[in-house]
Amino acid sequence: MTAPLFTEPEWSFETLDRVLKAVEEIAIQDLKLDIYPNQIEIISTEQMLDAYSAMGMPLMYHHWSFGKLFAREEGLYRAGHIGLAYEMVINSHPCISYLLEENSMTMQTIVIAHAAFGQKHFFKNNYLFQQWTNAESILEYLAFAKRYIAACEERYGHGEVEAVLDSAHALMDQGVFRYRRPPRPSRARVLEKQRRRLEHAEEDYRELWRTLPQGAEPPPPDRNSWDIEEDEMGVNPKLPEENLLYFLEKYSPTLKSWQREILRIVRHLAQYFYPQRQTKVMNEGAATFVHHTIMHMLYEKGLLTEGAIFEFLASHTAVVFQPEFDDPRYSGLNPYALGFAMMSDIRRICEEPSEEDRLWFPAFAGTGDWRGVLKNAWANYRDESFIEQFLSPKLMRDFRLFALADQADAAVLNVSAIHDEAGYRRVRSTLARQYDISEAGPNIQVTGANLKGNRKLFLEHRMHRGVPLHAQLRSQVTTHIERLWGHDVALEEIAGD
Amino acid sequence: MTFFIDRRLNPKGKSLANRQRFLRRARAQIREAVQKSLKDSGVADIAKGRKIRISTQGTKEPRFRLDPKKGGKRDFVLPGNKEFITGDQIKKPPSGQGGGSGKDAATSGDTEDDFEFTLREDEILDIFFEDLELPNLVRTTLSEVPSQHWKRAGITTSGSPTQINLIRTMRNSFGRRLALKRPTLAEIKALEEDIALLEGKTAAAGEDARLLALKVELERLNSRRKWIAFIDPLDVRFNAFTEQPQPTSQAVMFCLMDVSGSMGEREKDLAKRFFVLLHLFLKRRYEKVDIVFIRHTHDAQEVDEQTFFYSRQSGGTIVSTALDKMLEIQKERYATADWNIYAAQASDGYTQSGDAKRCVELLETELMPICQYYAYIEILDEREMEVFSSEEAGAELWRAYRMVAENWKNFATKRIAKPADIFPVFHELFRKQETA
Repeated sequence: MTAPLFTEPEWSFETLDRVLKAVEEIAIQDLKLDIYPNQIEIISTEQMLDAYSAMGMPLMYHHWSFGKLFAREEGLYRAGHIGLAYEMVINSHPCISYLLEENSMTMQTIVIAHAAFGQKHFFKNNYLFQQWTNAESILEYLAFAKRYIAACEERYGHGEVEAVLDSAHALMDQGVFRYRRPPRPSRARVLEKQRRRLEHAEEDYRELWRTLPQGAEPPPPDRNSWDIEEDEMGVNPKLPEENLLYFLEKYSPTLKSWQREILRIVRHLAQYFYPQRQTKVMNEGAATFVHHTIMHMLYEKGLLTEGAIFEFLASHTAVVFQPEFDDPRYSGLNPYALGFAMMSDIRRICEEPSEEDRLWFPAFAGTGDWRGVLKNAWANYRDESFIEQFLSPKLMRDFRLFALADQADAAVLNVSAIHDEAGYRRVRSTLARQYDISEAGPNIQVTGANLKGNRKLFLEHRMHRGVPLHAQLRSQVTTHIERLWGHDVALEEIAGD
Repeated sequence: MTFFIDRRLNPKGKSLANRQRFLRRARAQIREAVQKSLKDSGVADIAKGRKIRISTQGTKEPRFRLDPKKGGKRDFVLPGNKEFITGDQIKKPPSGQGGGSGKDAATSGDTEDDFEFTLREDEILDIFFEDLELPNLVRTTLSEVPSQHWKRAGITTSGSPTQINLIRTMRNSFGRRLALKRPTLAEIKALEEDIALLEGKTAAAGEDARLLALKVELERLNSRRKWIAFIDPLDVRFNAFTEQPQPTSQAVMFCLMDVSGSMGEREKDLAKRFFVLLHLFLKRRYEKVDIVFIRHTHDAQEVDEQTFFYSRQSGGTIVSTALDKMLEIQKERYATADWNIYAAQASDGYTQSGDAKRCVELLETELMPICQYYAYIEILDEREMEVFSSEEAGAELWRAYRMVAENWKNFATKRIAKPADIFPVFHELFRKQETA
């Protein structure tokens, strides 16, 4: 019988190290996880709140909205309304995870298994992250962004910078390339380009010109690349453009070069977070499944005391709790609960399939290779496709899922399908589409810009099944676009599909 | 390879810059909330950090959102079905309740609540004293005879040797030596070595001529070195100083309070609150502010802050004694050339009959000419406040002081009856003036 890793509730660096080695052994050798080098940092509650309010990043430029978030979270936390996350992971290389100093040793063990192994494996191996984000350079890029924006504030004043950031933040959801892969210049090239832009601006600066009534600002270098004019056929090859921030950065007639750079920074951030928004269920599910598995293996090896495993179970149960829709605590499907249930279910199907499972999942039911199936799922799916592919009838029954059809002008909701033989497929695909963020969010595109005449910018919201934009927010955000474009903006809502 | 890093000791307040930006952004709402929350609280508590609740107006972050209530179709899935079967129809819950799907309520954007957060002490005071300042401070200090002090004023060509500026002098000398091609020691030394070398050799024919040429050259260089001085009087520079008037921004505040029997506990409490506020304000606003506390009954004494605010005394009331005391202290310690003099007096308006006349005399002839500002706070009970609702009506001292106020612009009189009056009156007294 091996001695348990720890018996005291307080953590220390030695026990953390012992635990990490034990967890790592299971994660690498049994589960065959593949991770970036770990960097584990112990932080205080205030630092956790800091990280919370700065989009979960260890460094971030300054903006009032982060201060607002901090004040709100701090208030809620001090009043005891919310607990803090026990951990936070940053998708970077090396992968940084934060552990809260207040955690007990059992919690630290869970958190290490959850964050340092589960989430990190997911970040490193999922195709979305591999394709769209650049773990190697994100921290350096943020450092650059922070410096750059601080420099702008010094040079052009807080108000000016704040105005641009406000407008850019309002368009963050429309600041990503959804369907085309963003160009991925290396960090060195990004910095080099930035440096050259600055140098160019400085060389162009002439004290004499500054005193002239006009032409104080050197023309934006992008002026030459205004190639959004229509060709002979009346068709513009570059439009429509889905990435509003990109479009404004490149073609806005009024922005100065530093303002364009700020748009670029915000756009890069939005792009960086885009995969995370598409994989909430999978990401948290994978991490929860990994920590659950590892904790049980540790316990079976005699490395955890009974007290520790009970503490773990209590906390785990709270994390994967799913209130029902008529419960006052209900606020949507809990990604931890759904993700964890689906992954545990995959393991069950591999090990002890029922007849139904063999029918629904002939490819892997009963093969016993749950590690392989899960790793494949983690690598090649996002929430939407994962649910469409792997949600089993048994889970739909367990969660008692039912689908509703809603029409805005009707007085009633129609129950279109429930968890029965006739409804499984419909419930499943409805749920899957709910997680497709390109469908859940508005689809707004730039369709034209009158550059020769009144410089009006034309936007189109292609309504999905006739759902319009929220009217008040629509006008507020349009004001922000007008500020960036510098001229009138027309946003039209047309029937899409 | 895994590293543990202990970040707990890292510098705190990483988000302070964000907080300041947020406070600046929500300034209007925060100010309103702070004023409201201060209105009913005791002065002693004013400097404490407190929770305030502000609306999110002005700090909204709009994003495009869909509004499925307004039109179109959608499908969604909920967990926890109990009795529904396919084809059932469910009445929509009334709007605003969140109802059908909690997710909508969370994402529709305009349901963001007011929110509550804690402001720290200095932030509260910042906001509270935002528009206030000591009246007339700058103007009169400049018109007073200011004290002088010496200030560096560049470089001159003449001065006393102790003020010589070595760097400038040597730089000039070096430039001049270069321009006039003064031979360096190294050049001369090299030449001398050459000569020594030639002299050492037994002179071969033809070498003589060269030796001679070198000697002539050496002679020329040496004489050149002589007439191009290493440091010429032309090179010498001195640090210059000029005398500059220095405006004094030090101020002294005289706090005068009646502590006699006629001042009840309530009156004294109100007066104290006013002075506490004043005290906080002054300590915060100006670096160098002296505060003198004078309390009086039929006799005046200078006391320390603690005694002034918290100890009691009994006796009659002669207000002029306090004014005498103030004048005495001023003459002794606070010369008008160096100090701006402010005074605030709190009283219930009663004084020995006939004394009011002497007070006016003292103020008119002695005090007002030297004071930048004199504020008189009369503390009434609420019944009296109703009786004396007009400015003219009032006790003897009030009427007397009204006369002074007519003659002197920098004399102000105000009445306070309840704690809630203090903040408005204070604000009015120390409001920033449009034209200084």
